[in-house]
Amino acid sequence: MAATQVLKSEWTKIRSVSSTVWTLGLALVVTVGLGLLISILAKNDYDSLNAQDRRVFDPTFTSFAGTSLGQLAMIVFGVLVVSNEYSTGMIRTSLSAVPQRATFMASKVAVATLLALVVGLVTSFISFFLGQAMLGEHKALISDPGVLRAVIGGGLYMTLIAMFSMGVAMMLRSPMLSLGILMPFFFLISSILGNVSATKKIGRFLPDQAGSKIMQVKTPLDDDSPYGPWGGLAIMVLWVVVALIGGYALLKKRDA
Amino acid sequence: MIELEGLTKRYGEKMAVNNLTFTVHPGIVTGFLGPNGAGKSTTMRMMLGLDNPTAGAARIDGKRYAQLKDPLKYIGALLDAKAMHGGRSAFNHLLCLAQSNGIPRARVHEVLDTVGLTQVAGKKAKGFSLGMGQRLGIAGALLGDPEILMFDEPVNGLDPEGIHWIRNLMKSLASQGRTVFVSSHLMSEMALTADHLVVIGQGRLLADTSMADFIRQNSRSYVRLRTPQRERLLDVLHQEGVTVVEAGNGTFEVDGTPSEDLGELAARHQLVLHELSPQQASLEEAFMRLTAESVEYHAHADHAGSGAAPPPPGQGGDWGAGWQQQRKRS
Ligand SMILES: Nc1ncnc2c1ncn2[C@@H]1O[C@H](COP(=O)(O)OP(=O)(O)O)[C@@H](O)[C@H]1O
Ligand SMILES: [Mg+2]
Repeated sequence: MAATQVLKSEWTKIRSVSSTVWTLGLALVVTVGLGLLISILAKNDYDSLNAQDRRVFDPTFTSFAGTSLGQLAMIVFGVLVVSNEYSTGMIRTSLSAVPQRATFMASKVAVATLLALVVGLVTSFISFFLGQAMLGEHKALISDPGVLRAVIGGGLYMTLIAMFSMGVAMMLRSPMLSLGILMPFFFLISSILGNVSATKKIGRFLPDQAGSKIMQVKTPLDDDSPYGPWGGLAIMVLWVVVALIGGYALLKKRDA
Repeated sequence: MIELEGLTKRYGEKMAVNNLTFTVHPGIVTGFLGPNGAGKSTTMRMMLGLDNPTAGAARIDGKRYAQLKDPLKYIGALLDAKAMHGGRSAFNHLLCLAQSNGIPRARVHEVLDTVGLTQVAGKKAKGFSLGMGQRLGIAGALLGDPEILMFDEPVNGLDPEGIHWIRNLMKSLASQGRTVFVSSHLMSEMALTADHLVVIGQGRLLADTSMADFIRQNSRSYVRLRTPQRERLLDVLHQEGVTVVEAGNGTFEVDGTPSEDLGELAARHQLVLHELSPQQASLEEAFMRLTAESVEYHAHADHAGSGAAPPPPGQGGDWGAGWQQQRKRS
C-alpha cells in the first residue's frame, strides 16, 4: 500500500463533498468579514481611548478579531472530514480498501491539514490587509516587527484548530457529539475560564487561548502569561498531538 | 480461497461467532446460511479485518487481511449497500477506492458499465434507490478484478429484476473460477444460487456440505393422512407400531411408512380416509429443523418480517413440535 495512493484517494474524497467547500468558505468569509467590521469600529473608537490603551493598541490582532467566530467553521470542517466516514458507514468501505489504519488516518489528516493550512493562510493575509486598510493611520505594516509572524501565525492557528477537531472526532466518531463538545468548549467555556480571575491561570493553557498568542504583536495590559507567541503555539500543538494520538489509539483498537 | 480457523467473536457475554472453522473454495458459489442474528455479518467483518476476532483467524490466500497489499485486488466485498457517503457522486466514490489501491481510472468506467450505472455516474449516491446503491456497492467490489468476492445478504430488499441480476452475476463470477461467498437467511435463495453450503446458528457451525448432499440428507418425506375417525386411526397405527404426529386441521403425518402400506392398513381396518398423500418436506423446513435449536429469538428483531424466521426455541416440547407448529402456520 503506497502512501501516495492513499493520499490521492483522500484528496478525491475531500474535494468531492460539498461540506468541504461550505465549511472552509464560511471560515474565510466569517473571519475576514468580522475582522473588517471590528477594524472599522476600532478606528472610530480610537479617539476615545486613553493614553495607556493607545500604547497597547494592537492593529494586527484587531484585524484578526473574526477568528473567534471563524474558527467555529474550521471546527466543523475538521469534525466532518473525520466523522462523515462514521455517520455514513463509509468507514467500513474505506478500511476494507486501506486496512493499515495508521496509513489511513495519517493520509486523511495530512490532506485535510494541508487544505486547512492553505485556506487558513489566505484567510489570515486577507484579514490583515483588509483590516489594516480600514484602520487608516493607526494601521500596522507587514514589515513591522512581529507582524509577519502574527499573520502567518493566524493561518497556523486555524490549521491547528482543524487538526484538534479531527483528533477529537476520531475519538468520538459522532459528528453531533464532537460538535456538541467542541463548539461550547471553544466558544463559551474557554472564554469564561479566561475571564474569571480564579480560573484564568488554567484558562490560558487551553489550546485556543495559548495558540492565539501567536496573533498578538503587542502584549495586552493585564496579560501576565508565562509563555510567548511561539511558546503558546507549542502548547496548542501539544493539545493537537494528544488529541490525534488519542484518536489513533482508539481507531487502532476499536472495531470499525 | 478463504480459510477460517477457530474464528470467534464475543460481545460482552454474547458469543456472536463461536469457533468457526471452514474453507471457502474457488470456482463455486458458497452460500453462508443462518437465521438473523446467527453471526454471518460479524464473521464477514472479521474476514475483512474490520472487527478484531476474540480468538482464531481468517486468512485470505493464506494471509491476514491487513497483510494484503492493495486488498481490493484480492477480495471485493459488499457488506452494506449504504456504506458510502451520500453526498459523493458514484464516480467519485469508486474513484477514491480505486486510487487507494492503485487501480487505474479507466477501470472505474468499466465497472460502472458492468453494473449499469454509467448514466448516473455523476449523480450523488444519496439519490439512488436501494437497487442502485446495491449496484454501486457491487461495482466497488468488482473494482480490483479480485479472485474472491463476498456479498452479505445482497438480495435483501431488491425487486425481482435486481434479484435475478445478482444471482446471475454470482454464478458467472464463480464460473470464471472465482471464489464467491454469499450470505443469506433464506434457504430458498441459497438453493437457487449456491453449490456449497455453510450453515451457522448462534455463531456455531451446523453444516459444511455440498448443496447436493444437503438436499439428499435433509429432504424428509412423510405421508399426510386425514380422517373423520381420529381415535380409530390413532389406535390402529399404535397397534402397528407406526408413529404419527398430529399436524392440526384434522391432519396427521407419518414418517417412514410408505403410503401404500398405510392405505392397505386403513382398508384392512375399514378406516375412512379423506386424504392419503406422500409429502416432501421443503429445504426451507430442513434448514429450520437444523437451526431450530440454535435460533435466537428476537421479540423486536431488527430484520423482522422475513416470514421465514424459524420458531423460537423451547416453544412447546421438542424441536419437532416446534417446527411442525411453524409449518402449520405458514
Ligand atoms: N457491535 C455489536 N455489539 C454487540 N452485539 C453485536 C454487535 N454486532 C452484532 N452483535 C450481535 O451478534 C449477533 C450476530 O449478529 P450478526 O453478525 O449481525 O448476525 P447475522 O448477520 O447473521 O444476522 C447478534 O446477536 C447481534 O445482536
Ligand atoms: Mg447480517
